[in-house]
Amino acid sequence: MIKTRRVRNLFMAPFAVWSILFIIVPLLLIAGYAFTAEEGGFTLANLAIMGRWEYRKALWLSVALALASTVLCLLIAYPLCLILAQWKLKKGSELILLFVLPLWMNSLLSTMAWQTILERNGLINQLMRLLGLPDLHLINTPFAIVLGMIYNFLPYMILPLYTVLSAISVHLREAAQDLGAGPWHTFLHVILPLSVPGIISGITLVFIPSLTTFVISAMLGGGKILLIGNIIEQEFTATYNWHLGSGLSMFLMIFIIFNMILSAVFERNE
Amino acid sequence: MAQELIRLEHISKQFDGQLILDDLELVIHENEFVTLLGPSGCGKTTTLRIIGGFEKPDEGRVIFEGKDITDLPPYKRQLNTVFQKYALFPHMDVAANIAFGLRMSKKSKTYIDDKIKYALKLVNLDGYEHRSVDSLSGGQQQRIAIARAIVNEPKVLLLDEPLGALDLKMRQDMQYELIRLKKELGITFLYVTHDQEEALTMSDMVVVMNQGYIQQMGTPVEVYNEPECAFVADFIGDSNIIDSVMVRDRLVRIMGKEFECVDTGFGLETPVDVVIRPEDVMLVPADDDDPNALNGVVTDIIFKGVFYEVSVMTEDYEWQVNSLDPFEVGKRVRITVDPFDIQIMNKPVSEDEEAIASYD
Repeated sequence: MIKTRRVRNLFMAPFAVWSILFIIVPLLLIAGYAFTAEEGGFTLANLAIMGRWEYRKALWLSVALALASTVLCLLIAYPLCLILAQWKLKKGSELILLFVLPLWMNSLLSTMAWQTILERNGLINQLMRLLGLPDLHLINTPFAIVLGMIYNFLPYMILPLYTVLSAISVHLREAAQDLGAGPWHTFLHVILPLSVPGIISGITLVFIPSLTTFVISAMLGGGKILLIGNIIEQEFTATYNWHLGSGLSMFLMIFIIFNMILSAVFERNE
Repeated sequence: MAQELIRLEHISKQFDGQLILDDLELVIHENEFVTLLGPSGCGKTTTLRIIGGFEKPDEGRVIFEGKDITDLPPYKRQLNTVFQKYALFPHMDVAANIAFGLRMSKKSKTYIDDKIKYALKLVNLDGYEHRSVDSLSGGQQQRIAIARAIVNEPKVLLLDEPLGALDLKMRQDMQYELIRLKKELGITFLYVTHDQEEALTMSDMVVVMNQGYIQQMGTPVEVYNEPECAFVADFIGDSNIIDSVMVRDRLVRIMGKEFECVDTGFGLETPVDVVIRPEDVMLVPADDDDPNALNGVVTDIIFKGVFYEVSVMTEDYEWQVNSLDPFEVGKRVRITVDPFDIQIMNKPVSEDEEAIASYD
């Protein structure tokens, strides 16, 4: 017993070292910066600055865009996964691979590609001119940012949803039909409730990176639309105010954790 | 004769170019316990799924109470299925599982509650309403699956190898349980199994299937005692099946020795298959004086509780004999059979039947 525990500890050691070095220490560093002033001494000012309207505005805009991209990802991914998971074909998982393929490409590169598609003299507007239609103002809009988020994060919605949906036994669908449930009721009372875990992981996996991104908003928002991620980035790279940047990161982290706890409680009550 | 309930007319079904059912005809009457029995791949489950509406036949029609339901989806059919792997809804408790069908047909809350109570009592699981499905044993889950089906008061209950996943003891208990349920409910059971013992124990009628064809239909006693072909004889119970020659009416030559039998009408010197059940063979000491004695040597003996399973080698055939008395290995014995225990069958003629007969 003691021996097996020792062996287990031995195997755990690298992971313990890893998590201390690369997760706990950096977090403590961030917290250290966040709760101290530039001149030294404890302060909450770096977090409290979130109360200023330009920061508040950036946060709510981030939340709104992240929500939009999450909801749209869910609306796109769910029907797709439902269809592919219920196809009896083996091709289902290969098609999923196709939709996940963008993950293998550098996201900077693909976002840059969207830039050239959406910009003033980009692909879409060239097409519009060809058809004799007026130019569209696409780049540097919230729409462009949400589009970029969807393109980058859709695979994170598809993967958990497809996994959960394809694990639902065909026998359960047949049982529901056998008991008088048509396609709609089978979906509503059997498929949908059983896919909730996949929906929740998908939402978490898309919402959080959407909320914290600064690359997509910087490249497709043209620096005109500031999300919370961009503000934090600026504090570190432009103003070199690490204390403020850490404070804002800390706030964002607490905000996300708070939301996750809230949704977990909500889920349990369901 | 009971009222006709289900009629299958010329049902054919292929999967990936492979013929699963070939021009199947079957009539099921009200209040019968019918079992489709056969090896895996014989088409029995496909037949059940066609009746349930989960598969469409390529050809043929399914008639239910005189109406053609071939194109009706499962949720519009007045029958319910108990699935092999139970298929209980894991996100619902026992009561919600049982209530599912009744909710779909928009029954009142009090009606549903009464029905749940009644059904749980019927399957001996009173008080299990709010248990989670995962906390139940296999046998309990199967009872809930049955309860979930019967609350809808179907005219027919389709059961797809419902006991397949249970252990032996549980399976035997459930067999009696199903017979009791069938009597209490007074509805038709259509049961699919590959287990001949289950089929013989429970059924009013056994339909023996192989390779998409019905081989024989009859009461358990009929298919056991009077198999119409070598396949049925071989599949139901153990049998000694021997190449023989019908010498004339009531006389058959088995391995060069003449035996009296009761069958007539096969003609003179006709090649036939002879089926003799292990329990119908009587072993007596070898008799070297009688030229018609079929003698052999005991090669193996296994104690089975009620009887001994004795293997006896004669020329090139090993007989299976169930004997109440033990015999020493190496002992020479004579094989004797009462005339009415010798079952004579025509040799298969067509290629199909040849294939069926060669099933082992």
